Amino acid sequence: MDLAFSEQDEAFRQEVRDFIAGGMTDALKAKADIDAPFDMDDTMAWHKILYRKGWVAPQWPEAVGGPGLSATRRFILTEELELAGTPPLSPFGLSMVGPAIIQFGTDEQKARFLPKILSGEEVWCQGYSEPEAGSDLASLRCKADDDGDHLIINGQKTWTTYAQYADWIFCLVRTDGTGKKQAGITFLLIDMKTEGVDARPMLTIGGTPAFCDTFFDNVRVPKANIIGEINAGWTVAKALLGHERTLLAMVGTSRRTLRRIKHIAAETMSGGTALIDQPVWRNKIAHLEIELESLKMANLRVLAGADLGRAPGPESSILKLRGTEINQHIYELAMEVMGHDALSWYNDDDVIPASEQGIAPAFCYTRANTIFGGSNEIQKNIIAKWILGLPAK
Amino acid sequence: MNFELTSDQKMLAQTVRQFTKKQSPVERFRKLRDEGKSWDREVWAHMGELGWLSVPFAEDLGGFGAGFVEVAIIAEGFGKTLVAEPFIGSVVLGGMAMASAGTSEQCERWLAPMMEGETSLALATTERGARHNLGTVGMTAAHDGGGWKLSGEKVFVPNGHEAEHLVVSAMTPDGVGLFVVAADGPGVTRSRLKTLDGRGAGRLRLDGASVGDECRLGDPGATAAAVLERVLDCGAAAACAEGLGICQATLDMTTAHLKERKQFDKPIGAFQALQHRAVEMFVEVELVRSMSILASIAADDDDVEARMRAISAAKTKLATGGEFVTREALQLHGGIGITDEHDIGLFFKRMVVLNALFGDATHHVERFASLGSFAAE
Repeated sequence: MDLAFSEQDEAFRQEVRDFIAGGMTDALKAKADIDAPFDMDDTMAWHKILYRKGWVAPQWPEAVGGPGLSATRRFILTEELELAGTPPLSPFGLSMVGPAIIQFGTDEQKARFLPKILSGEEVWCQGYSEPEAGSDLASLRCKADDDGDHLIINGQKTWTTYAQYADWIFCLVRTDGTGKKQAGITFLLIDMKTEGVDARPMLTIGGTPAFCDTFFDNVRVPKANIIGEINAGWTVAKALLGHERTLLAMVGTSRRTLRRIKHIAAETMSGGTALIDQPVWRNKIAHLEIELESLKMANLRVLAGADLGRAPGPESSILKLRGTEINQHIYELAMEVMGHDALSWYNDDDVIPASEQGIAPAFCYTRANTIFGGSNEIQKNIIAKWILGLPAK
Repeated sequence: MNFELTSDQKMLAQTVRQFTKKQSPVERFRKLRDEGKSWDREVWAHMGELGWLSVPFAEDLGGFGAGFVEVAIIAEGFGKTLVAEPFIGSVVLGGMAMASAGTSEQCERWLAPMMEGETSLALATTERGARHNLGTVGMTAAHDGGGWKLSGEKVFVPNGHEAEHLVVSAMTPDGVGLFVVAADGPGVTRSRLKTLDGRGAGRLRLDGASVGDECRLGDPGATAAAVLERVLDCGAAAACAEGLGICQATLDMTTAHLKERKQFDKPIGAFQALQHRAVEMFVEVELVRSMSILASIAADDDDVEARMRAISAAKTKLATGGEFVTREALQLHGGIGITDEHDIGLFFKRMVVLNALFGDATHHVERFASLGSFAAE
């Protein structure tokens, strides 16, 4: 056993650092310095910079424009991007519909959609959840009626992240309501500019309009936009959930936020002593750092296995579960360290230090971590059944 | 980066697995405990024949010359069925202290027979009022002609009640020193303390106990302190491995129980509330495993700060994860888990002991946070 990264992998890490230092614009760096939230323009600007470098879709096969990196290097790339505080890319094209098209799409679909996902020319969003279909996703009701070469869509999707900025949405729609509920679902790509599509932004508890209610009123969609077979969308959706389980732990993001906490704790005084010099505070931070270290080690085990061509083992299923929770705990501690400053909500810059401004909104918004992508309770159901073999009844 | 065991390491793990399955199931520990015995000298001799007691020692000392990963493989296997022989107390603590600080003559005299399984060793560091602070040593060693006179008390010494020879830390005018004390030497009183896990531990009273200068291991002061710190870190890493074995065994017993035990006309494992608790156990086991691997690599690291950081992190994770897993195992077993008759309680109690030895979570979090790497990260 050898837990050190190889010299070549360390050289790659340096290459990534150098690229970030040279590649980030001053405007992006200024926001990253204080972890200010990035807007959609920032995200897409950074997307295009990474695209030009060839690193925008590390998990894609080389044949369709991926960089052909090992699992270890994908981890290093992701970790360094997160550690440097670069804008997180929109996952809907690169990590979700892209891989689905790669696995299930026709050659025409691949040629039509993949290049523009890579280049960032087309922005995607995800139409899964509905008001009556959250964790029980297969009970979705957004209806697709047959009309020759087209499907006619009627219904509503909700909590659609950044639908207001999206050019396309990939949806699960109901094409058959007669049999088992999983069997009548189709995976469909819809142009957001089609008549009858209406995305209405709503505020999240993070204070920004990150979600939409997305309505479909007699929307005509060509059947050529179906991914996989009609009524076989559940298979596509399941494959998509299992995709790239090695990068879900948010290790880099959490490490960066822990550093931010230490920085704030060094600047925050209580009784004449900085919090970072007080054992009670220092030890709270250390405890979380140790939890994060454990998660990172678990993540490295998964990577090492993936590089040997092994299917993700049981340890991979814990990455999303604990990664999202630890990330939340880190924001909880950040709020505690900030004391009264944590109460500030989008005030002018002279109220609390600039480096603290983003914490409270992020603390609120990251409550979503344990809900999206299959809530942690759903993840636990899956582990109980498939790994521990516990009975259904 | 590579987490694969070598073929030799895999074979070692396989041999340990066969031994615990066929020759040392949990019933053997229970029988020893019920008879008031600490462990079995015949089994110890067998372990010596298998080479397990020489694993971490250099070949020129007559050892196997393997690394700490091999030590961790054995300790983890022993954890799974609560093997009582003093692998950590004698090999990792007493033996590694001897090998790190002693001369080849001293190793020939005390380490070699231990490797053969003829004798066992212990490392006596713990004192009342010192908790896990290695700097607080009340035992004294004073020059006495050409030798030394030791006075003071050590308590809860792993294998201290059985070892023929004990490596004792004592304060000299030049700082802390390490001395080999024979259990039957003059001025030595030792007794068996009963412990929560049923294995017992040693209490050592030295009342002007005389030892020759040939019993001094290395030079008192910074060198001996560094040896102590390293050996106790190795003890902590071995505890992480044994604790991992305990975690895995309790998880396996618990999922089996959830599948078999019926209430309300169905297996209780069908209840989501219990399923989710079992999943939390599983998650913690995987995290404890990840950190035990890290600790087993770090134990051999010459970079002292890197070693301390990794081992403190791993020992803390064992404390939080291991306690959680064994407590949940009891809860999910229900009433039967509270009976002495059921094995799950034996694992629960051993975990309590492992967490208290070689620095508890509070100690290791504090040490982790005091390192330069904490401020730099």
